[in-house]
Amino acid sequence: MTRTRARALLLMPAGIWYGVLLLFPLAVVLVFSFGERNPIGGYAPGFTFEQYANLPARLSAFINTLTLAPAGTLAALLIAYPLAYYLALKVSARWKTTLLILVIVPFWTSILIRSYAWIYLLGGNGIPALLEAVGLGDIRLINTPFAVLVGIVYGYLPLMVFPIYVALEKLDRSLLEAAADLGTPPWRSFLQITLPLSMPGVLTGSMLVFILLTGEFLIPAILGGGKVFFVGNALVDLFLQSRNWAFGSAVAVALIVIMLIVVALYSRAVRRFGAGRDDVGLM
Amino acid sequence: MRAYAIAVFAFLYLPIGIIALFSFSAGRSASSMQGFSTEWYGRALSNPFVMEALWTSIKVAFLSAVLATVAGTMAALALTGMRGRLRVFFDTLVQVAVMIPGIVIGIAALIALVTVFDLVNPWLEAMSGRRLSLGMGSLIGLHGMFTMSLVVLLVRGRLESFDRAQIEASSDLGAGPVATFVQVTLPQIAPAILAGFLLAFTFSFDDFIMAFFVAGSETTLPIYIFSSIRRGVTPEINAIGTMVMVASLTLLIIAQVLLRPGVARAGR
Repeated sequence: MTRTRARALLLMPAGIWYGVLLLFPLAVVLVFSFGERNPIGGYAPGFTFEQYANLPARLSAFINTLTLAPAGTLAALLIAYPLAYYLALKVSARWKTTLLILVIVPFWTSILIRSYAWIYLLGGNGIPALLEAVGLGDIRLINTPFAVLVGIVYGYLPLMVFPIYVALEKLDRSLLEAAADLGTPPWRSFLQITLPLSMPGVLTGSMLVFILLTGEFLIPAILGGGKVFFVGNALVDLFLQSRNWAFGSAVAVALIVIMLIVVALYSRAVRRFGAGRDDVGLM
Repeated sequence: MRAYAIAVFAFLYLPIGIIALFSFSAGRSASSMQGFSTEWYGRALSNPFVMEALWTSIKVAFLSAVLATVAGTMAALALTGMRGRLRVFFDTLVQVAVMIPGIVIGIAALIALVTVFDLVNPWLEAMSGRRLSLGMGSLIGLHGMFTMSLVVLLVRGRLESFDRAQIEASSDLGAGPVATFVQVTLPQIAPAILAGFLLAFTFSFDDFIMAFFVAGSETTLPIYIFSSIRRGVTPEINAIGTMVMVASLTLLIIAQVLLRPGVARAGR
């Protein structure tokens, strides 16, 4: 019995911490989302579905998030896959570790700093000036959905490369050799062997990136110039500017529901591809 | 394929490189390189607002990381080998803390804390003349809550992969639980604990979004950087950004080395 008591004591600090700053606050958000707006800002008690019914007022934020997040995830996937393939199957063991570290290093540095770097590249003196010099005319990039998309792909690319790399690295090469011996053209063995076997990595990477993107605030704030709003930006506006807590809470709950749906779809897809646990300890 | 890989690496490093390069510019303009100087580093380091924000960030990162490491390690020790409902509940908590977007955690903590403070403050003021508000405490608490989850995952991973026969051997040889912990378990998990601490520190030091909501009147370095770039990028911000990147990279590389398999053995 002393063992159980020792366990309970060891778990106590973490338990209290989660209770006070995770469970209680999330419960508050849920309760507030059914409440009413206090005229002086903040929350007034009540039980109404009004806030949820009002969600379409922020429809554009949801639409932006639900179009740019999948688009960003897809773009990151398309860029990451060939790189992961190259690193897993084409690079000699000597270079592998170095190159992998080079992939994660940007991910380790502050996303705030990495995102604002694109202000230079997409701003007037950056890529648009280059395009104009080659005669492509006056193109505006900064503060557009495209800029946000570039920032997204840039920010989360390493997170996509890693799980795919892990899946491809585990691939049994003798399968590819057997296919080649049987006269299968490379593109067919890629479609029939490599791609299906790397699906767990593709799914894990896509889910991680997509989930992080649904809560994104910084990239649209920095590169979208207040014109491309994500749900995250709507939340900042509702809680810090207009102080509409009840409605903001409903928006937050809707965001969590979207995420839960994505996670559920992911676990279903994983079961279908018969994958094991492919999560990588990406810091 | 190779050319493609080089292009992707260029994509990954060009923006970072530009910031580092422009931070050495001698001119006032942030968008072009005019000569070479380290002037902006000097300016950044003598700007009282920057230094105050830096100091706040270091205090928050250090204290939250210490607390998160202690609580997280304790929880990981308790969870290893544990079964049943409590284990499932705790595992879920850790997952939820890691999965829920930082923005939602920040908002939830903001409204929960402000609501509680509003309830408690009149009463507290009458009794002691003091009042609770957002600031250092909420920053440390919220960062620590999140990073504690990272520590739990890292330390538990190490605990589950090490040879339990050593613990049994130790107690067969007559060592008590405390002696076994200090002489067998602790040396094994020490690298993971230290790595967890460094990870927690770096996360807190780099975090903008959670801090943005619960900082109250405090300004952390990422909040300072964010509000500065809203007013326009300057070479000074580039210098700060470069220093922040170098600092967090150094810590994370140390953490990564500590997490490599075999370090536990080599470290003895």
